[in-house]
This record gives sequence, C-alpha cells and structure tokens, in this order.
Amino acid sequence: MAITVKFFASLRERLGCSETSVEAEQAGTAADVWRLAVGDEPAPGNLLVAINMEYATLESTVEDGDEVAFFPPVTGGARED
Amino acid sequence: MRTEIRATPFDPWQELATHQGHMDRVVGKHGAAAVFVGTMRDFNAGEEVQGMFLEHYPGMTERHLETICEEAIRRWDLLDALIIHRTGAMQPGDPIVLVASWAAHRGPAFAACRYLIEELKSRAPFWKKEHLAQESRWVTYNTPATPLNK
Repeated sequence: MAITVKFFASLRERLGCSETSVEAEQAGTAADVWRLAVGDEPAPGNLLVAINMEYATLESTVEDGDEVAFFPPVTGGARED
Repeated sequence: MRTEIRATPFDPWQELATHQGHMDRVVGKHGAAAVFVGTMRDFNAGEEVQGMFLEHYPGMTERHLETICEEAIRRWDLLDALIIHRTGAMQPGDPIVLVASWAAHRGPAFAACRYLIEELKSRAPFWKKEHLAQESRWVTYNTPATPLNK
C-alpha cells in the first residue's frame, strides 16, 4: 500500500508535481512523507500540512492509505483594504 | 445551510434571492440577514491586475466551508447560512465570494457573517495567482481585517 501525496499552488508549480505516492512502510510522520516525496530540500518554514483533508503538522503521524497534502499559506476570500 | 464552490461566474444578488426564496421553514422568523460580497479588484500591492486564477483543494475546501458554516450556526443560533465561492480564471469585477447569515436579530447576523468570511479567509484552502501585464504571481498573504473594537 502507499500514501498519496498532493502539492498545491506555488509549491505544486515549483516542484513540478501535483500528486505522487510514497511507500507507507518508510513513513512514520508527515515530515517523512515530505522527505520521501521531495528529497533533500527542506520543508519551507510557512508550509501547511493536511492529512486526510484535516490540518496537521510535520510531526503528525501518518498511516497506510492516508492522503497527505503540502501547500503554502491560504489566500482565499476577498482581501480587505 | 448551503456551501458551494463554483467554477463559473455567478451573480451574488440573484443567488441570494433564489436562496431566500427557498427558506420557507424560517419565513417570519428571521429579522436580520447580513451579507458580504467579495469582488475581484483591478489593483493589488500597487500594480494593475488583469486577471486571476483561484485554485482550491477539491474535497478539503468543501469540507472546511461546511465546518465553518456549522460552527457559525451553532455559535449564533443562526436560522440559515450561505457560502458560494468562485474558483478558476476570473476578471476584475467578478464576484469571488458570497457569504450570508440569517438570524432573529442583527447582532448575531452581523457577527456570524464576519466570522464566516474571516474564518474562510484564514482556514479554507484557496490560493490566488494574479496576472499582471508582464508576469504572474502567487498572492502570499491576506490583508488582516481592521479589528472592530479599535
């Protein structure tokens, strides 16, 4: 089995990847998932993490079959002056 | 309560009229409706913006809009709430988001409407990419709202 990994917005563009997967056996936390999917590049300081579509952290544990998403800070809604 | 992500342009005032037209069960009970409409501007950070692309996380964004709505309904005892949010390519002047709350009185209606849009902006996964004359850039922050009590 595997863990699905998704990237969004500027991170997706920079990595040139919207979705991939990693072996669940080697991944204990979201930080492990990042390392397995992205490589040696350190995670950005403002990186947001979601596991199964709920906000999490890089220290959060992951399980086989999980969907782990990495993305930059959200900028939705309408900006206020 | 209804939340929706829409990939095509919408008329917020028509959507409001349609939604309220179907609120049969609370007719005569809501004394207040508060509405916020966010519209795309043609300027940002001192530059002319010609267009924008709004990306979201299918599944997670919908889930968080529903959660935010449910929280507001519980906290202020709302009679109804509505969120419609655009995604995809848009032009200046296009409505981006419609938020509305219905309550017995104006206090909770205003407070809930403010809560819905502020929580949406800080929690719902949306990302904006602006198209300028020479380049495109990802918007990297939300301008904080002016605190109400200062």
